[in-house]
Amino acid sequence: MKTFRIGGIHPTDHKLSANIPIETVALPKQAIVPLSQHIGAPAQPIVEKGDHVKVGQVIAAANGFVSVNVHAPISGVVTKIDTALDAWGLPMPSIFIDAEEDGDEWLETIDRTPDLNRIYKLTGKEIIKKIQDAGIVGLGGACFPTHVKLSPPPGSKVEVLIINAVECEPYLTCDHQLMLERGEEIFIGISLLMRALEIEHAIVGIENNKKDAIELFQKIANRHFGIEICPLKLRYPQGGEKQLIDATIGRQVPSGALPIAVGAVVQNVATVYAVYEAVQKNKPLIDRVMTVTGESVTRRGNYLVRFGTPLADVIAQAGGIPENTGKIIAGGPMMGRAMSNVNMPAHKRTSGILIMTEAESVRREPVNCMRCGKCVEACPMGLEPFLLVRQAEMRLWDDMEQNAIMDCIECGCCLYSCPSNRPLLDYVRMGKATVGGIIRTRATQK
Amino acid sequence: MNLIVISLITLGVIGCISAVVLYLAAQKFKVEEDPRIDEVEAVLPGANCGGCGKPGCRNFAEACVKADSLDNLLCPVGGSPTMAKVGEILGLAAVESEPMIAVVRCNGTCEHRPKTSHYDGARSCQIMHNLYAGETGCMYGCLGCGDCVAVCKFDAIHMNPETGLPEVDEDKCTACGACVKACPKNIIELRKKGPKGRRIFVSCVNKDKGGVARKACAVACIGCSKCEKECAFDAITITNNLAYIDYDKCRLCRKCVVVCPTNAIHEINFPARKPLTESQTAEVKPTETLNA
Repeated sequence: MKTFRIGGIHPTDHKLSANIPIETVALPKQAIVPLSQHIGAPAQPIVEKGDHVKVGQVIAAANGFVSVNVHAPISGVVTKIDTALDAWGLPMPSIFIDAEEDGDEWLETIDRTPDLNRIYKLTGKEIIKKIQDAGIVGLGGACFPTHVKLSPPPGSKVEVLIINAVECEPYLTCDHQLMLERGEEIFIGISLLMRALEIEHAIVGIENNKKDAIELFQKIANRHFGIEICPLKLRYPQGGEKQLIDATIGRQVPSGALPIAVGAVVQNVATVYAVYEAVQKNKPLIDRVMTVTGESVTRRGNYLVRFGTPLADVIAQAGGIPENTGKIIAGGPMMGRAMSNVNMPAHKRTSGILIMTEAESVRREPVNCMRCGKCVEACPMGLEPFLLVRQAEMRLWDDMEQNAIMDCIECGCCLYSCPSNRPLLDYVRMGKATVGGIIRTRATQK
Repeated sequence: MNLIVISLITLGVIGCISAVVLYLAAQKFKVEEDPRIDEVEAVLPGANCGGCGKPGCRNFAEACVKADSLDNLLCPVGGSPTMAKVGEILGLAAVESEPMIAVVRCNGTCEHRPKTSHYDGARSCQIMHNLYAGETGCMYGCLGCGDCVAVCKFDAIHMNPETGLPEVDEDKCTACGACVKACPKNIIELRKKGPKGRRIFVSCVNKDKGGVARKACAVACIGCSKCEKECAFDAITITNNLAYIDYDKCRLCRKCVVVCPTNAIHEINFPARKPLTESQTAEVKPTETLNA
């Protein structure tokens, strides 16, 4: 069975919420919609205080090419445009919408019937335009605008579309459940993306711990031309874009380059479903499936959450915060970050909530580095984390840049594998942020 | 015997030739260096702290010798006396500078600013700053991991374990500015030391609206502009809900300290106040109750 070549680890997968049907979370009384739910320029609000909005209406327009529209997740009246605090206590400009009546009055153009729509009537350009208008971003976590990925720069040729259905992050099961429940829709979405990219070959990479999904997808794939299912060996971080390309088609993306350099475009399976909804059903991206999980969570499962719902409401539906909670993590245990504010609204970036007990969340006391090199072995990007950490401690930013710190994907393999419990990722992340800032200033000065 | 003589002569000749070559080479590739650089370097403190903006004292001495005037050159560690000596050597007029000191503009101790979360990552302010707003409700205040302590070359700043805030040792601080650069929240500022070390400053950098700031920290500046109105010298300005005292204009009258409703303005090294007379208490009280 295939997997990627460099580094990687194999953490216990803890898929506690697997095979629990997707449940819809009740609509909030007030939705807080952040203007920047994606990488790139924040959207510009086009509504004003007192305006009435319907579900799916554009409330903030994309500001430039690398930016996307933001849509109203509930119907109601805009009460203010102000800053709200995100999960880490930092301000984010947002639009506040108070629900009117049940808050579920949709735009008439949106098809809300559950019927499958298999009719392809749009051309590639039209599909990309539709995706752009629907505000779709990569739902795997980075939130990079999808239409940018689908518009390869001139001179580069797309050969294959890779669908990321790996979900290598422990605990998270939202993509898995979506695949089981919306398999047909996802395949239509893949066909749409293939049309948009004008290619005839797509590969769906699925890790082998989702046997039921592989079986189902293989069955559906028989009826679709050009879509290949590629079961992958369990290995973290296989869901990383560059790792997945290596695992499925055996090509390595050069340092600093984009996947397009090896002729690949990678899309997450949840994004593909959003593409189906946007193109065939006219429905913009206003909700997503999130996993709420943890050993102590009573009603753990997969929840369909409308954006703008406070995460506290989502947790409440999943049985509330248990008493012995040590950490609440936004995302999975490897890449996620502990939250300090659970009132943050759900948005395009929130893929899961992991509640860890006090005992689970204790960080062991770090001791000296013994130069065992386990972090070097584990790093899927071929970096030397111990060296980068030393340089970050001594603030040698130039040296860090030379040692390719910007290639780091912050997967956390180094920290996981360190027998000395050194806070490797903390320093590497800090170094990456600082070096990134230096590179950006240099670019603007030129 | 013969052998010893021959070798002595050979070695002697080689030695002479080499000496001549070395002499010629030394003449040919001689580096002309201003002897004053050594002199200037000798009067500098020699801490190589980088406070002047140069990598070390030698580079600063070179810059001084090359410069036409000493206007933009200042060794913050040595201050005016050192610059006067440098000026004497170079025959230039040294600029008078007042001694400065690093000031920590946060008073969010554990009791004033309750913790809302617990951070257990690597002990570094920079890392914590990259991750989130901080352990308390105030996203502007001190993070308490001591990056400023780690960079100080003069052992002049220390964490107070009781308050969780750094404290500057007045005798040791040389105002090199290393801590100012290290603080990711820009809390530390270089301010004038003032006559007899007396100085007044706003010990807060919170730019939130009054209510929000007060909720997070009991001693936050709420931008009420009382001090601005009280100041007779236009030394206080309010921008983004935060008061700032211009140390060049401040005349150390201490009136702002009294009117501040949250005690965010601090006075350092002043003698104890005289107890208020009856008429003064009558003056002060009504305003206090009004705003309580």
